[in-house]
Amino acid sequence: MTSATMTDAPSISSEKYEEKAFGFWIYLMSDAIIFALLFATYVVMLGNTAGGPTGKELFSLERAAGETTLLLLSSTTFGFASVALAASERSRVLLWLVVTLALGAGFLFLEYREFSGMIAQGAGPDRSGFLSSFFTLVGTHGLHVSIGTLCILVMIGQVLVKGLTTPVVSRLARLGLFWHFLDIVWVAIFSVVYLPGLL
Amino acid sequence: MDVSGLPVERNARPYLIGLGLALILTAIPFALVATHALTRLTALIIIAVAAIIQILVHLGYFLHIGFRSTPRENLVAIAFTAVLIIFMVGGTLWIMFDLYYRMMV
Repeated sequence: MTSATMTDAPSISSEKYEEKAFGFWIYLMSDAIIFALLFATYVVMLGNTAGGPTGKELFSLERAAGETTLLLLSSTTFGFASVALAASERSRVLLWLVVTLALGAGFLFLEYREFSGMIAQGAGPDRSGFLSSFFTLVGTHGLHVSIGTLCILVMIGQVLVKGLTTPVVSRLARLGLFWHFLDIVWVAIFSVVYLPGLL
Repeated sequence: MDVSGLPVERNARPYLIGLGLALILTAIPFALVATHALTRLTALIIIAVAAIIQILVHLGYFLHIGFRSTPRENLVAIAFTAVLIIFMVGGTLWIMFDLYYRMMV
């Protein structure tokens, strides 16, 4: 999650990593505000379907449940990777990161099918204000998950090549925060977008 | 605490408890929508309550936020964010729906 130029020199004090963790925390909080305002925009635009399809016609409860399950399980498996990290068990860290990567990719696949299916039936973001705000909100979350998945892939590479050095451990800790945070945003998405839309 | 300055969990138990609670708190609202068992308003209230409890479960069991274990400045950042979100989201919805009722109805 940080610049690749950082060296593995042991002279870097742990204070530096604490500062990085706090900075990342501030980033997550600002990201939470971005999502909160996208939610507010979505709720304001909810009725503006411009004669187009509503959520009830477009959303699928089964698919939303599948996406929720994949993301929740991936958050748990990242937790297992963090536990293995605390015990410095490299192969277990790798195993759980690969499982998390697979679950994240599964979520992205379901979301890709959902979005492409909606666009194919003429319910893309250009159809109505409601759909613009839907794609902005859920798409921003999907973009975050894509970046998170990419970062997990990069970190698998770093654990393989560099091992569990201090910079790698601190990067994995921040990536874990990011990943759990995305699951929290998803809880809000299925509770604000999918479930009320299908009710 | 280690390099990150944040609490580190050395045991898989909190993640399993969090997973179990999150599954229950997800299953309840999804079942409500699947069966249409309750009236719309009651169902919406239960969905909202389940979501808020589930977010607290995630914060506690996955992000390990605790009043003692988490550094004070991180807690202050969370509290400030929560205040900002309440003002900005609440204010937006208040203004926009007030405008809607004054102009459209």
